[in-house]
Amino acid sequence: MVVKTLIINNQLLTASEDQTILEAAKDAGIDIPTLCHLDGVSDVGACRLCLVEIEGSSKLQPACVTQVQEGMVIQTETEKLQTYRRMAVELLFAEGNHVCAVCVVNGNCQLQDVAVRVGMDHSRFPYQFPQRKVDLSHPQFGMDHNRCILCTRCVRVCDEIEGAHVWDVASRGGQSFIVSGINQPWGDVNACTSCGKCVDACPTGAIFRKGSTVAEMNHDPEKIRFLVTAREQKEWTR
Amino acid sequence: MKKIKLATVWLAGCSGCHMSFLDLDEWLLELAEKVDMVYSPIADVKDYPDDVDVCLVEGAIANEENLQLIKEIRQKTKLIVSFGDCAVTANVPAMRNMLGPAETVLKRSYLELGDVTPQLPQEPGIVPELLDRVSPVHEVIKVDLFLPGCPPDAHRIRAAIEPLLQGEQPVIEGREMIKFG
Repeated sequence: MVVKTLIINNQLLTASEDQTILEAAKDAGIDIPTLCHLDGVSDVGACRLCLVEIEGSSKLQPACVTQVQEGMVIQTETEKLQTYRRMAVELLFAEGNHVCAVCVVNGNCQLQDVAVRVGMDHSRFPYQFPQRKVDLSHPQFGMDHNRCILCTRCVRVCDEIEGAHVWDVASRGGQSFIVSGINQPWGDVNACTSCGKCVDACPTGAIFRKGSTVAEMNHDPEKIRFLVTAREQKEWTR
Repeated sequence: MKKIKLATVWLAGCSGCHMSFLDLDEWLLELAEKVDMVYSPIADVKDYPDDVDVCLVEGAIANEENLQLIKEIRQKTKLIVSFGDCAVTANVPAMRNMLGPAETVLKRSYLELGDVTPQLPQEPGIVPELLDRVSPVHEVIKVDLFLPGCPPDAHRIRAAIEPLLQGEQPVIEGREMIKFG
């Protein structure tokens, strides 16, 4: 395995050539905020929170899908990055219907956590109040599109870990939404095995367990990592 | 020493933020020595006075009266605090925005679901007209400080108000100060 040297936040580091900037930074104890990233599942760079500045490039690059290169000089906490991250989080809040006070995952929500992390105390952008649907056709779980931020964790975990690929992204641009079974109600999708991995993967309250009330629901994204580790490394104890 | 003029207003919200303000308990006595409470749902004052130093605004802008009052508040106040999630994000009061204009909501509430003498409320000068869109406060006026939370707990309120008493700007960051919900 080839080793690359690079500099992150003025720290000289080494990383395997197959590692991404996010992985290298994590190994070095450098915290880069993420939202669509989920350990154990492939990355898509959808949320734009892990953007970093790379010397020599005028564009910001998502750390989760950018491979390390020899001699890279990276900054993860510049003022420009803070501005863009906060803007991204404010836009996520403004484009959905996030009524945190009455949400099942209030207090256990990764979108809330990220808002605290980037220092968002309000959204400068006008709220859109879109009309979005709620799918309660599944006997155990529900999908509330008002809370969905299109991180596609559910799509990836259902495809890559469970192998059922119930979820996907429908439509285009601002009209995009997470669809089940090529536009069937979730409860009618034969491919769904009711495993609940998408419920654990979801960072917000978009996919929830029925019967949960305000602030009662906890996701378990570590379960996803555990499953992958169990399969690949044969480590069956959690 | 001249006392700081403090006001609180209750717009479209549930008054939970004001209840949380009262959860300051004994510290309210210390606060009372340093501030002059010039306008509040707690103090029975009809008109918003001039030259207010700090105003805590609870609630969203949902009707004509809220809109009129918040503009008056901006003109007469030095520092306005968006107090609680209803003021910062419009929160639960804004859920009707997804149902269309105010007329839809009024018909649903007062005609379709009116069991006895269904009629729309119509009393100019007494019942304020609903706005078609419920807005957070900072969409209507300039807001100087944001205090999210539903409601903000007493520790957060105190941490925000205490520096203001010394003429300083409070630091609003971290989970203790800016977690929504």
